[in-house]
Amino acid sequence: MRIEGKGRIDAGQPVRFWFDGQGYTGFRGDTLASALLANGVRLVGRSFKYHRPRGVLTAGSEEPNALMEIGRGAAQVPNVRATVQEIYDGLEARSQNRMGPLAYDLLSVNDLFPNFLSAGFYYKTFMWPRAFWEKLYEPAIRRAAGLGSLSGKHNPNHYEKAFAHCDILVIGSGPTGLMAALTAALGGADVILAEESAEFGGRLLSEEEEIDDQPGADWVASMLDALRDTGRVRLMPRTTVTGAYDQGTYGALERVGLHVDGPAELPKECFWRINARQAVLAAGALERPIAFPMNDRPGIMMAGAVRSYLHRYGVAAGRKVTLFASNDDAHRTALDLMASGVEIAGVIDSRPEARARGDYPLFAGAQVIGTRGRKALGEITIRNNGGEQRIETDCLAVSGGWNPSVHLTCHMNGRPVWREDIAGFVPAEDAVPGLIPAGACNGTYSTAGCLTDGVAAAKQALAAMGGKTREIEIPQASDAVGGSKPLWLVPGKGRAWLDFANDVTSKDIKLAAQEAFASVEHMKRYTTQGMAPDQGKNSNIGALAILADATGRAIPETGTTTYRPPFVPVSIAAFGAGAQGKGFAPERLTSSHDASLERGAPMIEAGLWYRPSYFPRPGETTWRQSCDREVTMTRNAVGVCDVSTLGKIDIQGPDAAEFLDFVYANLFSTLKVGRVRYGLMLREDGHVMDDGTTARLGDNHYLMTTTTAAAGEVMKHLDFVQQCLRPDLNLRFISVTEHWAQFAVAGPKSRDLLNGLLDAPIDNDSFPFMGCGEVSVMGVKGRLFRISFSGEHAYEIAVPARYGEALFRQLVTQAETMGGGAYGMEALNVMRIEKGFVTHSDIDGRVVPFDIGMERMVSAKKMCIGKPATMREGLKGAERQQLVGLKPVGAVQELTAGAHLFEADADPVRVNDLGYVSSVGFSPTLGQFIGLGFLRDGPNRVGEVVKMVDHLRRVETRVEVCAPVFHDPDGEKLRG
Amino acid sequence: MRYSGWQVIKQGLTGNRGWKPAWRDPAPKAEYDVVIIGGGGHGLATAYYLAAEHGLTNIAVLEKGYLGGGNVGRNTTIVRANYGLEGNSQFYSHSLRLWEGLEQELNYNVMHSQRGVVNLFHSDAQRDAFARRGNMMVSQGDDAILLDRDGCRRMMPFLDYDQTRFPIYGGLYHPRGGTARHDAVAWGYARGADQRGVDLIQKCEVTGIDVENGKVTGVQTTRGAIRAKKVAMCAAGRSGQVAAMAGMRLPIESTVLQAFVTEGLKPVIDNVITYGMGHFYISQSDKGGLVFGGDIDFYASYASRGNLPMLEHVMEAGMTLMPMIGKSKVLRSWGGIMDMSSDGSPIIDKTHIDGLYVNAGWCYGGFKATPASGHCYAHLIATDRPHEAALRHRLDRFNTGLVMDEEAKGSQHNLH
Amino acid sequence: MRIRCPLCGDRDSREFTYMGHEIYMHRPEDAGWSPAWDDYLHLRDNPAGVTRDLWYHGAGCTGWLLVERDTTTHDILRVELATDAKRGSA
Ligand SMILES: Cc1cc2nc3c(=O)[nH]c(=O)nc-3n(C[C@H](O)[C@H](O)[C@H](O)COP(=O)(O)OP(=O)(O)OC[C@H]3O[C@@H](n4cnc5c(N)ncnc54)[C@H](O)[C@@H]3O)c2cc1C
Ligand SMILES: [Zn+2]
Repeated sequence: MRIEGKGRIDAGQPVRFWFDGQGYTGFRGDTLASALLANGVRLVGRSFKYHRPRGVLTAGSEEPNALMEIGRGAAQVPNVRATVQEIYDGLEARSQNRMGPLAYDLLSVNDLFPNFLSAGFYYKTFMWPRAFWEKLYEPAIRRAAGLGSLSGKHNPNHYEKAFAHCDILVIGSGPTGLMAALTAALGGADVILAEESAEFGGRLLSEEEEIDDQPGADWVASMLDALRDTGRVRLMPRTTVTGAYDQGTYGALERVGLHVDGPAELPKECFWRINARQAVLAAGALERPIAFPMNDRPGIMMAGAVRSYLHRYGVAAGRKVTLFASNDDAHRTALDLMASGVEIAGVIDSRPEARARGDYPLFAGAQVIGTRGRKALGEITIRNNGGEQRIETDCLAVSGGWNPSVHLTCHMNGRPVWREDIAGFVPAEDAVPGLIPAGACNGTYSTAGCLTDGVAAAKQALAAMGGKTREIEIPQASDAVGGSKPLWLVPGKGRAWLDFANDVTSKDIKLAAQEAFASVEHMKRYTTQGMAPDQGKNSNIGALAILADATGRAIPETGTTTYRPPFVPVSIAAFGAGAQGKGFAPERLTSSHDASLERGAPMIEAGLWYRPSYFPRPGETTWRQSCDREVTMTRNAVGVCDVSTLGKIDIQGPDAAEFLDFVYANLFSTLKVGRVRYGLMLREDGHVMDDGTTARLGDNHYLMTTTTAAAGEVMKHLDFVQQCLRPDLNLRFISVTEHWAQFAVAGPKSRDLLNGLLDAPIDNDSFPFMGCGEVSVMGVKGRLFRISFSGEHAYEIAVPARYGEALFRQLVTQAETMGGGAYGMEALNVMRIEKGFVTHSDIDGRVVPFDIGMERMVSAKKMCIGKPATMREGLKGAERQQLVGLKPVGAVQELTAGAHLFEADADPVRVNDLGYVSSVGFSPTLGQFIGLGFLRDGPNRVGEVVKMVDHLRRVETRVEVCAPVFHDPDGEKLRG
Repeated sequence: MRYSGWQVIKQGLTGNRGWKPAWRDPAPKAEYDVVIIGGGGHGLATAYYLAAEHGLTNIAVLEKGYLGGGNVGRNTTIVRANYGLEGNSQFYSHSLRLWEGLEQELNYNVMHSQRGVVNLFHSDAQRDAFARRGNMMVSQGDDAILLDRDGCRRMMPFLDYDQTRFPIYGGLYHPRGGTARHDAVAWGYARGADQRGVDLIQKCEVTGIDVENGKVTGVQTTRGAIRAKKVAMCAAGRSGQVAAMAGMRLPIESTVLQAFVTEGLKPVIDNVITYGMGHFYISQSDKGGLVFGGDIDFYASYASRGNLPMLEHVMEAGMTLMPMIGKSKVLRSWGGIMDMSSDGSPIIDKTHIDGLYVNAGWCYGGFKATPASGHCYAHLIATDRPHEAALRHRLDRFNTGLVMDEEAKGSQHNLH
Repeated sequence: MRIRCPLCGDRDSREFTYMGHEIYMHRPEDAGWSPAWDDYLHLRDNPAGVTRDLWYHGAGCTGWLLVERDTTTHDILRVELATDAKRGSA
């Protein structure tokens, strides 16, 4: 029921929205919950286990009942708190977790058998027959469980992530937070004031409260002006601080576009990483329910929420309201409602000493022991003076006192401390370094106290930063803290809910204790109390108290509860913003990328890079045709391939040679200027880390190449070796991978092709095999290396990256006139297998030099990284699987990588396993499949026939073990 | 008390007042034949099998907190036997076979759900590496199927097959893999061990290990000294500290692994899915929450909580792989202490001290190992010989080089 | 987590890569495999409390940092360039 003239909604701006297919009107400024309540909608959801009808309980993000699906199709969001969601024109909401219409949920049969569905019952049954679990029981349980649903479609909306930095982060904008923010800003600090709600002011907006003789809301407005005037405060409404992390890092979720039907590019939410030197936690307190029989009906609400709906939204939560409380503070609910003309049918205060603060029927020392009304509350039963009495009511406001919002202070394992005087947990001291709790979240409940606390906290923060503090006048406000006496559980017939969302009742807690799940953590896990979407915000303390009682211990002894981040649930789209589609990782493109695309090359991912797979020509319909042609073309004429993705590290300095001797297994100090050498790099544990060639460009100048995959890792490793192991060596190095475009030019006509582009032609004397040097390429200074990964007479030519595309186009066009052309990764791979060159498919991180026949490359003349570890007994010997070549000789002429090897007549089972195939390709040169693999004692078995079995692809064949070099074993072509 | 559907009904009819405690709460005795340090999944399973299979019942499990409060109650519950290397292959295969009868063995519903595990791959090279692994699985007697892209699409239509940064080439499907209810595993073993006479002693932290003349004689605890003929360390993330009490250093560094769960959702993901190009894996619990995680936080830590960079990485991987989950909300994140070994594989062995045994190095994968770890450890403790499924899980393998490096990352602990 | 790099200032930990304990800076002298090598590569004190470990500022100055931290609280007590530490200890 809407109350004329009350509330902060904009009565001039009606908003049309939909709930379960029915249209309603609310006003701008309404939440979905306030608008539904204003329209008299009580039943808004179904509970998790018993599918009980539920209504709105709270007015905040701690809401356990009013969870809904918002939106349609791919944009549908499940489990949205109606108490937080602001309405906008066209908003569509649906109730969830029901089978059939909300009012007639079929699964509510569960509610008839609560005794068979008690805590942990499922651990004790559904075991027979065994096969039924996956087929019958589990699917049925899964269907019944869960809350809202995902659409199954890709997220269509935009989300954002951002960083923010400040001196002091103030979390919460009630009286405490506002004073803290102002004090901090006047003290010269850059401040962020984060407020979960759409409006600043905290409880001041929900109460009749005066500060400095102004209504609370007016004081808030003047404070916001003052904050803006400082020019130092960033106001962040609709922003919930979700987590406290190390060194002053806070996570925060901003609802940017959830409250409007905004344009597509407006992000729905933004996840902030806020770095704050200091922070003030002014998160307030949450009201706690009382567990009394049948306390879960629609219409039973928190008293503070009833006041919020009245003052913020101008909504009376009922026409005939009752109040059940154990503290003075809650009595304002009756006074405020009466002032707005709502009937108060009774105030039931469990404290015998309670006094009425106005003209309403008070039942002091009484308790609510029952309620009626299936889909909405109709009546309550109270126990009063030993007798029972029924009161007709459509709304029961409940208050069991307040719990400080200590959540963020638990995020770093801080354990809150019990304060008997307020019967609540307050933050442990220094629970989060640099986070200062103040006001209600620290157990200070009077408005005056909060104002003072806020100032003190900000001063403490300023002092911690070494800043100056300015005296600031503390406004006048009430210092009243009403009496309160905790009431946890009202005994009686019927279930008393603690965790509304997960349907955990006081009986479940007692059963847990009875079955030895007596520690608080056991109880939580056994009953699932506290695991629901509200994360126990409404139920933890009550459950703890009942457990304490059941086990005969005091609350502090029973153990404190903890809360984990996030404070409110955060959508994965916000946490992971930016990554959907291609945003997950950077895309690295070579200078020839466009030219390759123009030639129709499919690009494949190689780490972060894209590289051409093959270059199809007219008439070629399969990749194999193109690949075979590219191999043959290269072997007979000339092929061009972009190899810029290989890591290039420029190393200079008087000790460069010594450094290389140390990081490579083989010697580099003996390399002559103008020459290139293959290098084997080990990890310190003796396994192969990477390989590549390194050129000596000058006495003190080397250029190292790494594989594409290991470029970053090698760079880091070299930095480690130099800085942590050998800072005595005088050298510098830097990655120049991006600076140079580099192309392999391979094949018998490679030199002819190059000589067409080089300003000074080369020959075998100026550039012998493994020679290198500077060249001039059509006027551009470049480098030429006579190295080969294909086994052909080949070069790699490098030019500054900006000339890369032009050179690639030139090379390919020229090559085509010579019967050659560009080749891609597929052909590159086939040629290197034909030649027996290993890649990371073979040297996969578990391989040692011995395995690839390179143990003699580990120089005996010097120490190097990894050398001592290679001497371990397990790193050599016939037991190890070693590199071999493989050729199919059986009826099946195919090899598959990943297949395993067995004796020809052995069963293909693990105990008979001899090794595996690591690389395969069809060699057009040899006209058959060839492969590389690792075989136990392999080199000694050359010539033998073993069995290759690929269980997965159902390929089995006999393969001949051969030396791993299939093509030009003597290397004549390389030197030609 | 035997559990059954019938019992649930019977107790329900009498107000559930007849349920008995799942285990006793005994005071520690002065002496035991075997003292097990750590009441996690492995410690409890070890006690259970010592009692059930080796007839040893004068045993205590000493737990510093509450039973199952460590990693066994914090993990993402994936159970699989899809290892690629000799040693691990037979061990996890053995474990999966024990899982398959566990409810009946323990008379406790641990909700072992063989819903299938799919490891996605995103390049030809990855496919071949997974094929190599899958072939090992089949050779070992387990199940593995190589799915192509269309096969993946049929099973998991909600993945992004068109826009994602690293396209899905296919997946290695392990139908017998799945999940189980983690707490129930700890509780089921605890109840079974207790029923066979094992003393489960909670809030009892071991603070010292007594060794005389190279032989273990007992332990010091926060509840007094306890003598023991044999002492079995089984402290997962805390293994380093426990071993230090006996003057040992282990090839282990402890780090933090985070995990996440969303609010409850109606069934939407039926299998366990892992992403091959970033650290992300996911399944949906029977309660409806999406349970997911990624890699460890990389740095040495005992804080059992993590930081945002890894959290964000995990969420980002989820968004590129299956953008539908963007609309679900993370309810809770938490962390556990990971005993990262130097090759990423575990250790079940004797130590150089007579009567002192070590079970450690489970990294982020020890939940699935729980039955086999307990089974093999019990065998070792009872007979002083390694179980044949755990022959390679030796403590000296780092020194000899006969490591089991599934991730192929070398000896740096945090890289596995 | 944030680390104050001596060269770059206060930075988010996502700019860094962690390697492991300081021991990695003290490579054994032994030319062949020895217990010292087993120690160096594998065995760790793995303390719950203050430790010193190596971090690489890969997205910053590419400096290796020696960081003194508490593994139970994640407090960072001291940061210095590994090179400086190495030179100092040499
Ligand atoms: C987030 C996360 C996700 C994971 N996901 C998976 C997964 O999907 N699949 C999988 O197979 N594995 C997973 N794991 C790993 C798995 O949980 C662990 O490897 C396994 O649980 C470790 O064995 P445990 O159960 O015995 O350990 P724990 O449960 O940690 O038991 C060790 C016990 O020792 C106790 N203890 C320690 N020191 C002492 C002392 N001095 N005195 C007495 N008691 C002591 C501890 O309190 C603890 O209870 C995951 C782990 C985490 C943290
Ligand atoms: Zn730096």
